[in-house]
Amino acid sequence: MATDDERPSGSFGSALGFAVIFCGLAAVGTYLVVAKTWWFPESISTIAPAIDAQFDRTMLLSGIIFVLAQVALGLLIFRFRDRGQQATYSHGNTTLEIVWTAATAVIFVGLALAARSAWASLHFLGPDPGSMQIEVTGAQFEWQFRYPGPDGKFGSIDPKRISESAGNPLGLDLNEPAAKDDIVAREIAVPVNRPVELILRTKDVIHNFAVPQLRIKQDSVPGLAIRIHFTANKIGEYEVACMELCGLGHYKMRTTFRVLSDQDFDKWLKDNASK
Amino acid sequence: MSEAHGAVHHAPTGFLRKYVFSLDHKVIGNQYWWLGLIAVYVGMVLSLYMRFQLAWPGRKMPLVGEVMTPEQYLALVTMHGTIMVFFVLTTVPQSGFGNSILPIQIGAADMAFPVLNMLSFWTTFVSFAVMIAAFFVTAGAPIGGWTVYAPLSALGESAGPGQGMGMNLWIISIFIFCVASLMGALNFIVTTLDLRTKGMSLMRLPLTVWAWFTTAILGLLAFAVLMGACVLLMLDRVGGTSFFIPAGLVVGGKVVNHKGGSPLLWQHLFWFFGHPEVYIAILPGMGIASQVLSTFCRKPIFGYRAMVFAILAIAILSTSVWGHHMFLSGMNPYTGFAFSLLTVAIGVPSAIKTFNWMGTIWRGRVQFTTANLFAIGFVSLFVTGGITGIFLAQPAVDLPLHDTHFVVAHFHLVMGVAAIFGMFAGTFFWFPKMYGRMMNETLGRIHFWITLVGVYCIFFPLHFQGIAGQPRRYYDISAYKFLASMPAVHQFVSISAIITVAAQTLFLINLFWSLAKGRRASMNPWRCTTLEWTVPSPPPHDNFGGPAPEVYRGAYEYSVPGAKEDFILQSEVSAPAHKH
Repeated sequence: MATDDERPSGSFGSALGFAVIFCGLAAVGTYLVVAKTWWFPESISTIAPAIDAQFDRTMLLSGIIFVLAQVALGLLIFRFRDRGQQATYSHGNTTLEIVWTAATAVIFVGLALAARSAWASLHFLGPDPGSMQIEVTGAQFEWQFRYPGPDGKFGSIDPKRISESAGNPLGLDLNEPAAKDDIVAREIAVPVNRPVELILRTKDVIHNFAVPQLRIKQDSVPGLAIRIHFTANKIGEYEVACMELCGLGHYKMRTTFRVLSDQDFDKWLKDNASK
Repeated sequence: MSEAHGAVHHAPTGFLRKYVFSLDHKVIGNQYWWLGLIAVYVGMVLSLYMRFQLAWPGRKMPLVGEVMTPEQYLALVTMHGTIMVFFVLTTVPQSGFGNSILPIQIGAADMAFPVLNMLSFWTTFVSFAVMIAAFFVTAGAPIGGWTVYAPLSALGESAGPGQGMGMNLWIISIFIFCVASLMGALNFIVTTLDLRTKGMSLMRLPLTVWAWFTTAILGLLAFAVLMGACVLLMLDRVGGTSFFIPAGLVVGGKVVNHKGGSPLLWQHLFWFFGHPEVYIAILPGMGIASQVLSTFCRKPIFGYRAMVFAILAIAILSTSVWGHHMFLSGMNPYTGFAFSLLTVAIGVPSAIKTFNWMGTIWRGRVQFTTANLFAIGFVSLFVTGGITGIFLAQPAVDLPLHDTHFVVAHFHLVMGVAAIFGMFAGTFFWFPKMYGRMMNETLGRIHFWITLVGVYCIFFPLHFQGIAGQPRRYYDISAYKFLASMPAVHQFVSISAIITVAAQTLFLINLFWSLAKGRRASMNPWRCTTLEWTVPSPPPHDNFGGPAPEVYRGAYEYSVPGAKEDFILQSEVSAPAHKH
C-alpha cells in the first residue's frame, strides 16, 4: 500500500489523543454543570423556577447527547485507527438513518414544546389584574423609572418638553393633573410578592432591561411600549444591566433593583416623590 | 452537461493577467484564500486586544501603550465580527475553495463566467479595502456590533463616536461585498448546473460540490436582502428617510427629525440575511469534512443520499428561522413559538450529518493526516457548538442566555472555529493540488493539537460565563456584583487565546516553508477518488489539458471488494461490479 507520498505515522498516538481529549471534554463539561461554580444567580421571581426547570431539562437531554457524541467519536476513532485493516465497503444503512432522524426530531421538538408554557405565562397571559405599573425608560446611558403616583395614572409625555436641566427628563406636562403626582426615579424598587407590570420605552436607541435574578430580560425599542410582567418574591438589592448594545456607555448602564417589604416600599416611594 | 465547455480561454502569459487579473478559477480561488488569510490575521489581532481588555481592564495595551477606551473596545467588537464573518467565513470556504476546486471536481475547464469570476474577487477586494479604511477616519471605526442595529446605526455621529464616516464606510463596504457575493453565487449555480461533465449526475457529485452549490443558492437569496437593507440604512443616514427611525427620539438632547420607521425592520432584514449566512459559513466546511473523512477512513461516506438531503433541508430551513435572533426584540411573542419550532427542526438534519460522519468512521481505517485531524476536530466542534443551539432555540431558555457569553460561545464554536477547522482541513487536503507541493505533516500535527485544545479552552468556559449572566460587548464589568466571579474566567480565556493565536505562527511557517521547499506532490497523493486528483498538481490552465473526463461512478468508492486499489477514481472505466 505504501506510496511515494507522505504517509501518516503515529496512528496510535493520534487516536489516543482524540480519545483522551473528547472523553476529557465530556468529563470537564459534566463536572462544570454539576459543580455549578459559574451558574445562574439566585432566582427571585415567580417565573424563574419555570425557566430554570426548562433550562435544566434542556441541559440534561443535550448534555447526554453531548457526552455520548464526544465519547463515541473519541472511541470510534481509537477503535478504527489505521492498523492496516481493510475498511468495510458500505454506503450506509437506511434503517439507522430513519431511527436517528426520528429520535432527534422527537427529542428536539419535544423540548421546544415543553418550553412553551414558561414562554406563554410570560407573554401570552397578561399581568394579574391589579398589577402595579412602572414605566421604564432607557436612554444613553441611564434608566428612568416612573411610578403613576396616588391617582394610578401616568401623565402624557412629549419628547419636545424633555429638559434635563429643568428636572424633566421624560418630557411630562407638569400642568396636567395625571402628571403632577408621577414619581420619577433613577433606581427601581418593587414591593415583594406584588405583581408588577413594566412598560418599556426608550428615548433614543434600543436598550434591554435585564435583571438576571428575576430571569427577566426585554429589549426596549424606539417607537414601541413593550409590556412585561413579573412578581418578585425575595427581598434584597439587585442590579439592572443593559443587555443590548446601545453605544459607548453600554457597559455602565447599570442601576439598582430593590425588592422591598410593603412598608419599606411605601417609604421609598414617598422619599422619591419629595425629590 | 453541455458539450460546449463555455468557459474556454487561453492561458495568459503576462504577470498581470496570470496572477493579478487572472480569469483562471484556480488563481481566483487562491486569491480569495490569501485575502481571507490576511483578513483572519487582522481579525485575530483585534480579538487579542478585546481579550486583553476583558482580562486586564485598565492596563495599557501592548504595543499601543495606552489604556483602551470604551469606543475603541466597541470598534474592535464591530470590526472583529465583521471582518471574520464576511472576509473570512464567507470568503474562504465558499469563494476560495469553491473556486479552486468545484470546476475540476465536476469536470469543467473553468467557471461558467470567468470574467464575472475575476470581477467578483476584485470587488470583494475593494470591499475589504473600504472596510479597513473605517479604522483610519476621524472618530474611528463603527461601534454598533457586526449586526449594526438601527437606530444606533442610523442616527449618525450624534449616536456616538464611529457612527459617522466609520459607519458610512461599513455600509458601503458591505454593499460592495453583497454585489461581489451575488456575482459569485450566480457563477457557482450556473457552473454546477451546466458544466458537469458527461456522467456526472447530481447524485454522483462530491458532497463538497453539493455544499458549494447549495451555499451559492443561499447566498443569492441572503445577500440580495442585505444589499437592499444597506441601501435603506444609508438613505436613513444621508437621505433624510426614516425606514428604521420612528418619531420622537431624543439623541444628545435634541429631538430627531425623523418619523414613521421601525427599528425591528432592520433586524428582520438583517437576520433574513444573517441566519442563512451562518450556513453559508458552515456548509462548505461540512462538505470538506465529508470529503476528507471519507478519504482518510478509506470508506464511502455513510448515507450519501441522507447527506445530500440534509444539506438541502438545512438550506431550506435556514431561510425561515431568523426570528430566533429576535425573541426578546419586541417582536410578537406568538411568532417566537413558530420560529422556535423551525429552529429546533434545523437541528435534525444537522444531527443526521453528525451521525453519518460517525458512521463513516465506524469500521473504517482512520488515517491521521493533518487534513483528517482537522476534519475530526470539525465534527467534535460542530457537535459542541451545535448542541447549545437547542438552548437558544427555545424562547424561554434563550431569555436568560440572550446577549450573554453563552451566545458568544455557541456561535464561535459552530460557525467560527468549526468553519476554521473546515478551512484548515481543506488547506492541508488541497494544498498539494493547488501548489504542487506537500505541506509538512509534523508541523501540521503540532499546530493541530495546540489549536484543538486551545479553542476549547477559549470557548468552553464562555458557556458558563453566559449562564452566570456575563453580557456580551461589555467594556468593563467591575461595577456589577453579580459578575464578581468572572475576572478569573476572563483571564483563563485570554491566556488560552494568546497561546492559541501564537500557535497559528506554526501554520504560517508551514505554509511558506511548504510553498518554497515542500516535497513535490504527485497527481493523487491522498489516493482520493474525485476528479481533481486525475490531473497534475498543480493542474494545467484548462484543468484537463484537452477533453473532459467521463464519470462512471459515485464520488466515494473506497475499499471496494475485489478492486486493485482501495479507491476507484470517478473517471475509471473498468472496475469490479458490486451491489450497494
